[in-house]
Amino acid sequence: MRPAPTVTVKTQEDSMAGEAVAQESTEHAAEAAHGAADAVHGAADAAHGAVDAAHGAEAQGIPQLDFSTFPNQIFWLIVTIVVIYFILTKVALPRIASVLAERKGTITNDIAAAEELKLKAVEAEKAYDKALAEARSEAQKIAAEARKAIQEDLEEATAKADAEIAAKSAESTARIAEIRDSAMASVEAVAKETAVEIVAAFGRSADADTVANAVDAQMKGGA
Amino acid sequence: MAEEAHGGGIQIHPMDQFVVKPLFGGDTVHWYTPTNVTLWMAITVLVITLLLVVGSRGRAIIPTRGQSLAELAYGFVYKMVEDVAGRDGLKYFPYILTLFMFIVFSNLLGLLPMAFTTTSHIAVTAVLALAVFVTVTAIGFIKNGPKFLELFWVKSAPLPLRPVLAVIEIISYFVRPVSHSIRLGGNMMAGHAVMKVFAGFAGVAVVAPFSILALVAMYGLELLVAVVQAYVFTILTCVYLRDALHPSH
Repeated sequence: MRPAPTVTVKTQEDSMAGEAVAQESTEHAAEAAHGAADAVHGAADAAHGAVDAAHGAEAQGIPQLDFSTFPNQIFWLIVTIVVIYFILTKVALPRIASVLAERKGTITNDIAAAEELKLKAVEAEKAYDKALAEARSEAQKIAAEARKAIQEDLEEATAKADAEIAAKSAESTARIAEIRDSAMASVEAVAKETAVEIVAAFGRSADADTVANAVDAQMKGGA
Repeated sequence: MAEEAHGGGIQIHPMDQFVVKPLFGGDTVHWYTPTNVTLWMAITVLVITLLLVVGSRGRAIIPTRGQSLAELAYGFVYKMVEDVAGRDGLKYFPYILTLFMFIVFSNLLGLLPMAFTTTSHIAVTAVLALAVFVTVTAIGFIKNGPKFLELFWVKSAPLPLRPVLAVIEIISYFVRPVSHSIRLGGNMMAGHAVMKVFAGFAGVAVVAPFSILALVAMYGLELLVAVVQAYVFTILTCVYLRDALHPSH
């Protein structure tokens, strides 16, 4: 970077003045002035040159130690700091703080909501499990009841069938007995008639009652 | 300080960049004269406003990039104050953030070519450091009364040693603003001057490649230094504040 133009010009002026009057540098300026005591005009010039050189050296020195600029810098620094402070405290900081707080609140709320939803989910799961278990037991109960009802029906039907069967068999037995009785009676009648006929065949007449009694007696004994 | 290498015909004026000049002509610098100091401080204010005010204008829950940066700066300094100075130091957070923002942006803006680095001037850093020193000392006495002096009376040391330590502690306490200000100003000034010297050597063809490479490296280093020095200044402020709030060792 080139140095600022104003400074360059100054440097050139200084060096020209220095060369014209005294070739020596600042510290020798006073000596040069003494040496040129007879030439008052020259001495004055030399002194002037020395001052110029000194001024130039100062401008070329460390600007940080140029105390003439201190009030200026300090004044503008204070203005700047105060302005920044007010911008921050009046506008920026409350805004950023509120945004951060809001975000924190949102995050906390969201986490709380998530926690709540999680609890709800657990509850729902519990309720679901409970309903499932209830349904299962209900189903088992219904199944058992159905089984019981079926069993009962079955038993009832069986009993009814048994009773019917028993009745039928009793009836049959009675019929058989009846048939047998009638058969026996027929046998008796046949036997008596046959006996009478046999007796008649032998040529003997016998009355029916006597033969019947004899047959009865015979049958009883035979039996 | 200007070195003139007559042989190569190059002129290196590493300190010219620090000269305080009136903005609108004239030679004399009165206390109220708008100078390049004014200009660059105004730019600093503008950039800070841009970052912290314009950046955060969305107030979005999900931040934009600008807002993220603003929140980052805020959170960085806030956490620093909270960690170093303690929760009761948070009352002074706006002032510490002001200091940090001003220094970090002055340092960074000073790295722009042709820029003027306000923080390279001891007048500026000394005022900043003295303001911290005076404020912190005042807070120490207001909060703790005479007990603040316990800061210099090391209770954990053996009794005969305590007066000696007290002298050392008092000296170190009063050296604080000096080191606080010179550390920042010196770093800024030295870095910029060295860069200017390297830049001047770039005019000589033989050393130009080396000089430019070195300048690039220096620039990277100076970027780091700019942020680190702002950080150091701020954290030291927090440390001094903690001493003022809790003076007993």
